[in-house]
Amino acid sequence: MSCCAPGTDGDAAELTVLSDDEVAMSSRSLGDGSRQVELSVPAVHCAACINAVESTLREIEGVEAARVNLSTRRVTVRYRDGAMPPLATRLAAIGYPAHPAEEAETANDAEFSRLLRAVAVSGFAAGNIMLLSVSVWSGAEGATRDLFHYVSALIAIPALIFAGGIFYRSAWSALSHGRVNMDLPIAVGVTLAYAMSIHETVTHGPHAYFDAAVSLLFFLLIGRTLDHAMRNRARSAVLGLARLSPRGALVLLPDGSRDYRQLGDIAAGDRLLVAVGERIPVDARIETGASDLDLALVTGESTPVPVTRGVTVRAGGLNLTGPLTLQALRPASGSFLAEMLAMLEAAEGGRARYRRIAERVSTLYAPVVHLGALVTFFGWMAVGGDWHFAMTTAIAVLIITCPCALGLAVPIVQVVAARRLFEAGIMVKDGSGLERLAEANHVVLDKTGTLTLGRPRLVNGDEIDPRMLAVAAALAAHSRHPFSRALATAGRGTERAIAFDGLAEHPGQGIEGRNDEGVWRLGRPGWASEGGADGGTVLSLDGREVARFAFEDRLRPGAAEAVDRLARLVGLVEMLSGDAQPACRQVAGALGIEQFQWALLPAQKVERIVTLGREGHRVLMVGDGLNDAPALAAAHVSAAPATAADVGRSAADFVFLRDGLGAVPLAVEVARKADRLIRQNIALAIGYNVVAVPIAVLGHATPLVAAIAMSLSSLLVVANALRLARVSATVEATPARTIVAPA
Amino acid sequence: MTTLVYLIPIALFLGGLALVAFLWALRSGQYDDLDGAAHRVLLDEASLGAD
Repeated sequence: MSCCAPGTDGDAAELTVLSDDEVAMSSRSLGDGSRQVELSVPAVHCAACINAVESTLREIEGVEAARVNLSTRRVTVRYRDGAMPPLATRLAAIGYPAHPAEEAETANDAEFSRLLRAVAVSGFAAGNIMLLSVSVWSGAEGATRDLFHYVSALIAIPALIFAGGIFYRSAWSALSHGRVNMDLPIAVGVTLAYAMSIHETVTHGPHAYFDAAVSLLFFLLIGRTLDHAMRNRARSAVLGLARLSPRGALVLLPDGSRDYRQLGDIAAGDRLLVAVGERIPVDARIETGASDLDLALVTGESTPVPVTRGVTVRAGGLNLTGPLTLQALRPASGSFLAEMLAMLEAAEGGRARYRRIAERVSTLYAPVVHLGALVTFFGWMAVGGDWHFAMTTAIAVLIITCPCALGLAVPIVQVVAARRLFEAGIMVKDGSGLERLAEANHVVLDKTGTLTLGRPRLVNGDEIDPRMLAVAAALAAHSRHPFSRALATAGRGTERAIAFDGLAEHPGQGIEGRNDEGVWRLGRPGWASEGGADGGTVLSLDGREVARFAFEDRLRPGAAEAVDRLARLVGLVEMLSGDAQPACRQVAGALGIEQFQWALLPAQKVERIVTLGREGHRVLMVGDGLNDAPALAAAHVSAAPATAADVGRSAADFVFLRDGLGAVPLAVEVARKADRLIRQNIALAIGYNVVAVPIAVLGHATPLVAAIAMSLSSLLVVANALRLARVSATVEATPARTIVAPA
Repeated sequence: MTTLVYLIPIALFLGGLALVAFLWALRSGQYDDLDGAAHRVLLDEASLGAD
């Protein structure tokens, strides 16, 4: 079954593992005693993969159903309420690391299927009317022609109501806000064409434009549907952030009793209990206890920070090793997470000001078209005074110029580009993201979790006695500290069943256990062993050092190459990190980044990006942590790895699912190419008008000419867009398993 | 002319049938996973389990 399972070796499987707790968090109750969760599993790509994933999941106790959707690379799992099936770990173990999937938005899907139904109805109508029209063009006359016209008029009615309604509503809402959009000439053109054709039919005239009116709707709806598929599917990052903060905390009352309170009910001065594995709910000072805090979400720092009595901690830190009693300094509304929320909201507002290419074109286009039609009408009135002919010609101009190809020109390219990127493991959340990415000329990178994988790795495993490694791994398996996890991973397979008595984790120090050989300690030098040099983590037996482990965060695969290519493609590359200077200097040195800033707070990152923007740079921000989320939202365009915090993924325009950083320059290349094709397509569509409009103005646009011109121009832009599918297969993302260790 | 009287309704009826079939397929989720459907053909019935 592993024919195509990428990275079944433990190394790759360890790279991106979602914790089962997080899976449980993102599941939702179905109400009938079962829960459902959707996971993104980017490694799935063939029948064997489907089988492996589905059968593995179904074997887990408590799982009721599992179904893979290969098109979206997702798996939907239904399990009994109360069971906490180890979905993510089991998937990772067979080589399919899972990521939390964005929730399916039902409102969005409803709109999409409404569009699809409209496409179907207008397609049916266009096909049948076109058949009748062909017989009219081939010479049907007299009563037969009138019959065909009447039948066409009948078929067109449902299409106008059902499919046309979409344009009428859109045009009306634009008009009522005092704007014009692309839908206005469409709505006016289609309505006038239909009205005139009815008049033509009743008066037994030869030229009815039923076919043009309906096939126009059909083509435009295809474009609209594609465009919708590319619309901003990102739910607001703010929602994700709100979900990340703890729902409440255990409050220690003055009389000694405990009470679980909602986050909003916690006041400054309250004493809080935070157990191991919980997040700090509000900004607070530690009253008793000692622990290590994982601040990766807050500051981006990779190494957990030991904290003890008297230290002030910020909301969002994850308590790793020991229970803490805290005194709240600020209520939740004044805490770190709330500040982030406010910053995100402000930044998202700025992004909304970007106007898409299609919008910019259409605001110029609509007035020109209407003016053209009006001028035609009055021109012919002035020349001949025949109002019927003048009207017919003016309507023909409206139909010919209806932005059929223009409506397809942008979405078709973006859909093809998104498809191309999806194959390379990059999810595009918003079509306008592609447009903005093509404009980027300055790159800002986060360090922890973006350039590096954000997980420490044992670097001197080869020098260590395998038996000692096995002991250390067995001890480490009992701790949540990232170093312990790295050790447990490094020792996987070597460990035999080593049992310990009296296992105890000493917060901020290490872990202790005894067996018949003596007392083993794994932790900080000075605590585990007497004397000895500082640095690293020590394994000791009865106070005597027996092994010393060194850890390092590891660079993302292909990071150096990606940075190099970004520098050549986009422009200046700079690194902003919340981590300490030495760690930043080392990574920057290994990657050849000359400009970097360290120890930045989230607000300072945003400030830097805003400053760059004010200087006229279009910033591409790549980051992952919660601390990067406001910066991601503030940048001109942003990307995040799938391992990023939920908030980071929501704030970014692009999410790359593979571990390699090569996805970012690839996305830039595809976006640039897409941008070129979009401009070509718009030029083609306008060029078509330049040829067709004079014909229409002069009164030569019969229904046959209109039908041919419209179809040809649409086909042309679609064919041009498809050229993108062939773009540079050589720049495929680097293989997911290449490992580049930092110097 | 007389042939048209029944040929046109027949043509429209057949076209309408196709339209209804498409809408039904759309509603019953057959367009949700086009790639998956193509690959699932290759799986054994037995290994699929209950769906």
